[in-house]
Amino acid sequence: MALQINKKYCKGCGICVAFCPKQVLELDELGKVYEKSPEACIQCGQCELRCPDYAIQVIRGAKGAGQ
Amino acid sequence: MAVIEKYLRQSALPHIWCPGCGNGILLASILRAIDKVQLEQKKTVIVSGIGCSSRASGYMNFNTVHTAHGRALPFASGIKLANPELNVIVITGDGDSTAIGGNHFIHACRRNIDITTIIFNNSIYGMTGGQSSPLSPLGAMATTSPYGHVERPFDIAALAIAAGATYVARGTAYHAVALTDIVAKGIQNKGFSVIDAITQCPISYGRKNKMGGPAQMMQWQKDNAVLISAAAKMKPEELAGKFVIGQLHQSNAPEYITEYEKVLAKAQGRGGEAK
Amino acid sequence: MRPARLMQGNQACAEGMIAAGVRFFAGYPITPSTEVAEILAEELPKIGGKFIQMEDEIASMGAVLGASLTGVKAITATSGPGFSLKQELIGYGCMAEIPCVIVNVQRMGPSTGLPTSPAQGDVMQARWGTHGDHGIIVLSPGSVKETFEVAVACVNFAEKYRTPVILLLDEVIGHMRERVELPEARDIHIENRKVPACAPEEYQAFKPDADGVPPMAPFGEGYYYHVTGLVHTYGGMPAGPGPITDEIVHRLESKITRAQKDITLYTEDGIEGAEVLVITYGGSSRAAGAAVKEARKKGAKVGLLKLVTLWPFPCELILEKTKHAKTIIVPELNMGQLVGEIERYTGRDRVVSVTRVDGELFEPEEIVEPILAAGGKK
Repeated sequence: MALQINKKYCKGCGICVAFCPKQVLELDELGKVYEKSPEACIQCGQCELRCPDYAIQVIRGAKGAGQ
Repeated sequence: MAVIEKYLRQSALPHIWCPGCGNGILLASILRAIDKVQLEQKKTVIVSGIGCSSRASGYMNFNTVHTAHGRALPFASGIKLANPELNVIVITGDGDSTAIGGNHFIHACRRNIDITTIIFNNSIYGMTGGQSSPLSPLGAMATTSPYGHVERPFDIAALAIAAGATYVARGTAYHAVALTDIVAKGIQNKGFSVIDAITQCPISYGRKNKMGGPAQMMQWQKDNAVLISAAAKMKPEELAGKFVIGQLHQSNAPEYITEYEKVLAKAQGRGGEAK
Repeated sequence: MRPARLMQGNQACAEGMIAAGVRFFAGYPITPSTEVAEILAEELPKIGGKFIQMEDEIASMGAVLGASLTGVKAITATSGPGFSLKQELIGYGCMAEIPCVIVNVQRMGPSTGLPTSPAQGDVMQARWGTHGDHGIIVLSPGSVKETFEVAVACVNFAEKYRTPVILLLDEVIGHMRERVELPEARDIHIENRKVPACAPEEYQAFKPDADGVPPMAPFGEGYYYHVTGLVHTYGGMPAGPGPITDEIVHRLESKITRAQKDITLYTEDGIEGAEVLVITYGGSSRAAGAAVKEARKKGAKVGLLKLVTLWPFPCELILEKTKHAKTIIVPELNMGQLVGEIERYTGRDRVVSVTRVDGELFEPEEIVEPILAAGGKK
């Protein structure tokens, strides 16, 4: 997994879901973000940049990402 | 995130801002700017007023002051004058800085005191439930403008420039990277710096004005922001309804602390410049 | 003692502040306090202190609070209308426990009133002008020399108890000139706020010591903490209703009232065995003093208690000194503000309130008359 998600911080605002260029993310049944398509992640960092709650981070140099 | 961790009061998180509020994005951008400029953490002071914007200071791991509504700039001025070694950053809101704090705003600009002010501009009074502010657009809906706002907003950049600020810039929550750059430049400016940071209030402003959810409001920021270099080449009709972002103004002028240092030298017979 | 000088009350105030270690003034011109600002504008830079004329009274108060957070002793000076404007931030200073002194050179009110005429009409406002329950210290000197001494005391109390302190001057004391011999600097006792003994990681900015006062780390030294006007935890972070709120509201008052003895300044003359007691303070104490002298010449057995500390109200002192008096006379240049507090402890039967609210000073005869009437004389 290339992303680290803190569900305690996530407020389900959907910003990261909307701006992910590879549609990696979705909100689960409790309204929190999860990686629906982790293999598509290119570690661009847009989710981390635009998360207002510091709930999602790219783990730099993580293996298993799409690139 | 790793970069800004040491600047956050982790035990205070998660913060109180609503889901999708842009303030958390602005806060992270400011912390990245502080890191970029390599400000000494213990010599940096964050001063805020009252409102959603001003809750930011509580989450920041420095000497922080959450003052009274509209009064961040007087506190900040006292801090800076009493100890000029301190880097003073003010976080305020559109209502906090231009309504109740309006007088302090224009005088801080006029003094050109070496303080960087970031206005978390969501065009509304969020904390108190969605009343109109002096930066709410004409016709906007708010709880105290239930028939539509009948007042024009300030052009905050023009106001700051006319009052004497020497660095004025605008950014948005969407353009978070660019925001870090302009905040960093504002900090580096030796004088009064004003950064108008457009952010979304989805719960009050967004709902009342049918602007969709947080992501749609940020898309709106992206679609309606025009970089100043591009705006210079556009016709007025093309710019209608848009707003300009980037560095809007930079100038040189006597800075308050520097001038007062001359007073100290003169009063102590150390041969300050007679002006 | 330094050589005698002819000095104005406002000047004695400014000099007392400097002697006490004040190195920051922010203010706004307002009659009859302006001389304090003007003198400090000139004197502070000479000794490395900072002066700024802010855009209004509220900004002045904000700047003073900010300066104090950096570890500098900071004061402001104003009069009635400005004092009213400052109230919100005075309350902030109480809640955030920021040492500072607010000089209010009282003038006739309400509103614009009489800018150049004396009054003592802000006594209750000094206690309760800012909203919410809070403790506050208020001192009122009665002479130019006493103004110097009280200025020093105000700064010391502010530092010692981490609180705003109000120096209630009035137009008569502020603008009168008297011959004074001021003490040498080495003979002046200075208090400084406690600073933390612990390391930055262990510091809790609002955790009180046994005396109810938390040590205060200056900004800029790595003791990171949050200052807010919201109810807050020991660490300074916002808190909600419940025990934390209860504790903080009580402590802000009790840290001051438990120090009543230390804070209570007064002078007395001839109270022992006197049937009549005049209780006075501030500018009207001059007429009261003259009246007591005059009445004694006419055979009256009258004592004089001159309060300097008005708040916290020195109830123990009042109970003690009024024990044997059959009549208590309280002259005030207001409609009777401190007299209510006195009656609260002595009962109303013995108390005679003498008031004057035309912007003029008391003639001593106005006070002699009730003294003699009380003793059955005329």
